[in-house]
Amino acid sequence: MKYTAHINVMPLKELLDPQGKAVNNSLHNLGLSQVHDVRIGKHITLHLEATNKEEAERLAQEACKKLLANQVMESFDFTLAEG
Amino acid sequence: MKFGVIVFPGSNCDRDMMHALRDDLQQDVVMLWHKDHDLSMFGQDDCIVLPGGFSYGDYLRCGALARFSPMMEQVIEFANNGGKVFGVCNGFQILCEAGLLPGVLLQNENQQFVCKNVFVKSANTNNIIGRNVGDKVLKIPVAHGEGRYYADAETLEQLNKNQQVVFRYCDERGEVHINSNPNGAINNIAGICNAGRNVFGMMPHPERASSSVLSNIDGQHILQAFTYMN
Amino acid sequence: MQATLEQAKKLGLREEEFEKIKQVLGRTPNFVETAMYSVMWSEHCSYKNSIKWLKTLPRDGERLLVKAGEENAGLVDIGDGLGCVFKIESHNHPSAIEPFQGAATGVGGIHRDIFTMGAFPIASLNSLRFGKMDNPKTKHLLKGVVKGIGHYGNCFGVPTVAGEVYFESCYQTNPLVNAMSVGVVKVGVGETVSATSYGPGNPVFIVGASTGKDGIGGASFASADINENSAEQLPAVQVGDPFEEKKLLEACLETIKTGAIIGMQDMGAAGITCSTSEMSAKGEHGMIIHLDKVPTRQNNMKPWEMLLSESQERMLIVVEKGREADIRKIFDKWDIHCVQIGEVTKDTNLKYYMNGELVADVPAESLVLGGGAPVYEREYSEPKYFEEINKFNPADIKIPADLKDVAYQLIQLPNIASKRWVYEQYDSMVGIGNTHTNGPSDAAIVRVHGSEKALAVTTDCNSRYVFADPYKGAMIAVGEAARNIVCSGGTPVAITNCLNFGNPYNPEVYYQFVHAIKGMSAACTKFNTPVTGGNVSFYNQSEDGPVYPTPTIGMVGVLESIEQKMTLDFKHAGDFIYVIGQNRNDINCSEYLHQLCGVTHSPAPHFDLEEEAKVQETVLRLIGEKLIRSAHDISEGGLFACLLESAMVNDLGFSIHTDKDIRKDAYLFGEAQSRVVVSVNPTLHTMFEAELKGAHFTMIGKVNANKEICIDDEGWGYVSDWKEAYDTSLERAFLK
Repeated sequence: MKYTAHINVMPLKELLDPQGKAVNNSLHNLGLSQVHDVRIGKHITLHLEATNKEEAERLAQEACKKLLANQVMESFDFTLAEG
Repeated sequence: MKFGVIVFPGSNCDRDMMHALRDDLQQDVVMLWHKDHDLSMFGQDDCIVLPGGFSYGDYLRCGALARFSPMMEQVIEFANNGGKVFGVCNGFQILCEAGLLPGVLLQNENQQFVCKNVFVKSANTNNIIGRNVGDKVLKIPVAHGEGRYYADAETLEQLNKNQQVVFRYCDERGEVHINSNPNGAINNIAGICNAGRNVFGMMPHPERASSSVLSNIDGQHILQAFTYMN
Repeated sequence: MQATLEQAKKLGLREEEFEKIKQVLGRTPNFVETAMYSVMWSEHCSYKNSIKWLKTLPRDGERLLVKAGEENAGLVDIGDGLGCVFKIESHNHPSAIEPFQGAATGVGGIHRDIFTMGAFPIASLNSLRFGKMDNPKTKHLLKGVVKGIGHYGNCFGVPTVAGEVYFESCYQTNPLVNAMSVGVVKVGVGETVSATSYGPGNPVFIVGASTGKDGIGGASFASADINENSAEQLPAVQVGDPFEEKKLLEACLETIKTGAIIGMQDMGAAGITCSTSEMSAKGEHGMIIHLDKVPTRQNNMKPWEMLLSESQERMLIVVEKGREADIRKIFDKWDIHCVQIGEVTKDTNLKYYMNGELVADVPAESLVLGGGAPVYEREYSEPKYFEEINKFNPADIKIPADLKDVAYQLIQLPNIASKRWVYEQYDSMVGIGNTHTNGPSDAAIVRVHGSEKALAVTTDCNSRYVFADPYKGAMIAVGEAARNIVCSGGTPVAITNCLNFGNPYNPEVYYQFVHAIKGMSAACTKFNTPVTGGNVSFYNQSEDGPVYPTPTIGMVGVLESIEQKMTLDFKHAGDFIYVIGQNRNDINCSEYLHQLCGVTHSPAPHFDLEEEAKVQETVLRLIGEKLIRSAHDISEGGLFACLLESAMVNDLGFSIHTDKDIRKDAYLFGEAQSRVVVSVNPTLHTMFEAELKGAHFTMIGKVNANKEICIDDEGWGYVSDWKEAYDTSLERAFLK
């Protein structure tokens, strides 16, 4: 089976996100004062082959843990779709 | 004739630009704060400089946040009225984000920041810099993580046709080839100007090559160009 | 609620320390107070296991305006009403866990120490140690650390002008990341500022970034052995924001110029606790602090979390009452938080409140180094491995038949080969002061704007020498730093040190520490370069044992005029090449012996303090008399590496003859100290030799026009081919 994983990697909530903070302030300066808590992460898509959804999930987990996310500083989540 | 150097939060080559213009080229320099709105003291002979550095920490995209600094509205108007505007490195990135120059500066091909001396040569004499530099090969340092100039085929064709390419990366002997390109810029483009030939942007830092103490004054040829009438 | 001994122990306090706290307070501390003592009395903040010996270092000199330990960094008079503020600090443990952010925040932290005194940083240096290059972990750490240093330094806008990188298996799990910052300040009121607090009623401000939970307990963390669980000890990692720090720099310097600042200190280890207590203890006053006023990044932060947070890019400022508006205006301009969180009191206690409730009440003095913090004397004993070192006999090493091949391998070793892959990722030219780019010299020469003067800066430590002989090795580190400055035309003025060692409770490690301090003292006294400050990093070890003892020396020298600068490159074909100093039959501890002959234990190379001083005095005089065209000191890789480095810059060749009384491998690759290669205009060579006034020297050959290397009349090929191998070695190692 072919699957597509849509992965979000985000800076951990406890840690400072300098980029998010600067963008947040700039949005305020542009008059969008209702905006707050901007955080900036990465969106990654990848295709994988697996015998079933469980295996696909395991593979995606492994990819995130081993490389895509640095768990010292980032959290991740993903969704899997067939095809 | 005078220069105005804009200080954005995170600019870090603003003082260098001031020193080069004031101490090495004996020019009048006014430092401008990005939150101000007034460029009325600058006329057609003057030049507004957007210095290098990391405005807004380069967050989101280089130059993307600085482009919305209050002063930029004035800069755009100044440029549209034919005033001379010069962006170096981050200043070049801001000018592209602001739409005053075409194209974009992408992350270097090897995904690493690079700081070293490179060589550039003028692509034509149809602008103030080109006329002043002539066919000299200049040694000018670069220092950037996002300096890979890119534009789509149509834009590139326009740039070439209108002779808007100001500098290309070359080697010591002036030959333009892939090994003389420090960042993967398309067609070795190091600097360009707008169709009106009054707005200039380049990645290399001429202000870092303008003092005999640093044993390199090649950059003076570039900065000097702005002191001449169009 | 009273804290228990169990809690205190968990926080890293020893039983007798907990007892001592009870005595100080006359009661059992609560949890918040215990946590505060635990970080302030940690090794990192209190120097409890090192301070006794640090105090034996020479810390006085006519140029010192601020002595070691008095402020965040030392302040040295460089004349013309200018001072130089500089310091080196380690960020080893954070970099082991998260190399990018660990190194980045190390750079950020050291710059804050400099500008908190009012100085504008003009140069950045670093000293890095990693495991073997062929280990994938090393590549990961090196990439991350270099990227982190570049990320922070490049954005902050201070040039990285010099540094060193060594690879040795003892650093495999525990790399060393030492960062140094050098700043310049006008000396005088309204220019420099002290880390003090006084004047009851004066408001206390926190400025800069919000306080979050990141880095809580970082100070305690830095004082613990690294083990497998370290990676899970979140949130010990801090995230740096160089953009915020750049704004903070500009705003703080503007603020100091108002003259309204009583005192200022950056928040590094132990955050609010450390800054409030150190400033109060120094000014002999107290403070009332309202923690609920501290801007936080997260909701519901607990008092102890706020007190211990090591969120970066924050400062504590005490302002003259009535001048608050002047200060606020500046921080508003830069869009930086500036919030009054308390005020100075006459009573010398620190009282912390949360929503009106008193959560901690402790005497400021009792928390700090030099006050109530404990001071220990540790035992030491001569390391067992010295026996193996003493067994080494150079006669057992056969001189290789093909020395050209040895040389070719040697100059591609990661410790010797070009660090181009590293330094091109650092902005080395911002500030238009670094003259190294177009005129390389042994120490980086950075001009001081608005003055004729220039500073010469360098970091040095060959830790293998220190391992072999801690006393001599530390002397060599200081000697080499001074030699680098002298070879660049500067006069050494002072040092800062970063003392990286293993666990101080190990008597052999402590032996290394004590003897390194003694050697450093002797050398600093000789060269008249007092210690202005620095940092001690213990517990640099892993299951495999301690790292090599690594007392990194950061040295600053002064050139009265940039015209005095001397460069290392050969300039003209036909120039005579001399070695000033004595060539010796010595292969001890060399890269050649260690890496290519596989000898792990051998004595430190030859070094004699008097001889070194004489060589330096001679070289400086020759530069002053304009009798030499280049000067380059002989260090790792020996004479051959030194000649090659001088030859490559302008693509000039050299031909030399060796000495039949010295084994040829020792002549070419030996690392006996106190030697400098100089090139001399042939028409001046009689004057040059006369000016040597009895100093040891040898004429070894000439600079070639034919761009070739020639050793004892044997052609070794083109300099450009050697350069290619030398320049690309590290890059090729990454691709492997």
